[in-house]
Amino acid sequence: MISGLPATPLAAVGEVGEGFFHERTGETLPCQARPSHLFCWDWATENIHRYGTPTVQQFELVIISVAIGFLVAFAFALLAHRYHLLQWPLLAGTGLLFAIPSVAFFLLLLPVTGRGRETAIIALSAYTLQIIYRNVMSGLANVPESAKDAARGMGLTERQILWKVELPLAVPEIIGGLRIATVSTVAIATLAVFAHAGGLGTQIYSEANLTFPTAIIIAGTIAIAMALVFDVVLLTVQRFSTPWRRAEAEATA
Amino acid sequence: MTPALLPHPSFAGFAGAFEFIFSKQESSVTGGKKVGGIEQVLELAWTQIEVSLLALAVALLIAVPLGLWFGHKGAGELVAVGLGNAGRAIPELALIAFVAAIIGVGIVPLTGALAVLGIPPILTNTFVGIRQVDRAAVDAARGVGMTELEIMRKVELPLAVPSIMTGVRGASVNIVATATIAPLVGVLTLGDFILGENVYGVNGVVAGAIVTAILALLFEFALAGVQRRLTSKGLRLQAQ
Repeated sequence: MISGLPATPLAAVGEVGEGFFHERTGETLPCQARPSHLFCWDWATENIHRYGTPTVQQFELVIISVAIGFLVAFAFALLAHRYHLLQWPLLAGTGLLFAIPSVAFFLLLLPVTGRGRETAIIALSAYTLQIIYRNVMSGLANVPESAKDAARGMGLTERQILWKVELPLAVPEIIGGLRIATVSTVAIATLAVFAHAGGLGTQIYSEANLTFPTAIIIAGTIAIAMALVFDVVLLTVQRFSTPWRRAEAEATA
Repeated sequence: MTPALLPHPSFAGFAGAFEFIFSKQESSVTGGKKVGGIEQVLELAWTQIEVSLLALAVALLIAVPLGLWFGHKGAGELVAVGLGNAGRAIPELALIAFVAAIIGVGIVPLTGALAVLGIPPILTNTFVGIRQVDRAAVDAARGVGMTELEIMRKVELPLAVPSIMTGVRGASVNIVATATIAPLVGVLTLGDFILGENVYGVNGVVAGAIVTAILALLFEFALAGVQRRLTSKGLRLQAQ
């Protein structure tokens, strides 16, 4: 017996078994009757609208969590850049947060924040800290000493050097971290259903859908596509935020 | 939209969860059978450790030789690196549910699914680690008469250990986390407490979350220790 299965479906899908029936006639679609059938196109075309709200919820969870994670991790990195003593504790601390499974994190927060979107966002943004922090730090560390020397020679203050020389040169690595964090968060946000925070997981974790491959495949495909879109968008931003790279490429071409 | 549920009225912070971990309690749905207690906690934790280690071993056996070979040949960069990127996008819940619905329940489908999550980061990092090995070191090894196999085993592999272990730790985080939802594939891990509120109550859910988090951190510490032992003395001195 799997005692872990929900006695009452957590998901917003509705009544148990709802997903199995033809919406208009109330009959089981032919391809649903065979459990071995991998993908039921008839069901998919009729039920695709169910995925609208969960997709938007998942999108919002990712955007908000990564934005918060980025702000916090960026602040951590600037602090560690300024005060080197903080480097190790911040790396270790964010590493611990990264290692805690999201599902456990959601429910560790249960006595504190209850269930819902805030809970999911706290856990998801905590997960991104390590990835972004690491990349900002290594981006700053890889800035050539000669560039900083030149800036010093031109009379820039340390603060100006940070914002006008070091950070712009670190942009590719910072966005690289953002890409990893965003793609991972899209995948993990599917688990937000266990925090009752909605998302595409609602279309997977319900009694009707857990045994129905079509529903799972659609939700999984939307999640993967969303990750891909985020990745392409950030890659484009990365390209445009480093114009000197293109100039270099053109010069050498 | 599901309504946000408030904590159960009988819930008293974390205290109830700790009580659940250490002593058995009555459950309303198991027909008088008691649930919780250190025995059940350890049993489920042990299952989670077992399946995680098994999946990690399978992933290592597949990913390290592949990464080593492609890295040594300097071929397949697009595949090796692209796979690592694509692997991150796999939604764990969809993968587990898909495996349960299509292949069935049990330890074998679960191990397969978890290994699928573990392979990409290990393969990518092994490949990158091997590619970063100083070509001069490889040439020197060839010069003293080592065979290609010896070069891979005695030169490239040891020098790539830090990178490989980065991949292994990334894989382990994802595998241990996903093993939490293994009850969906019929394997009872600590996630059974977390997902089974109707059986274990809110205290059981939070207890499961606490123990799962501790387990994951222990895994992380253990792998950090393994990494230190596997890294050659020369590399350690270099890093200092």
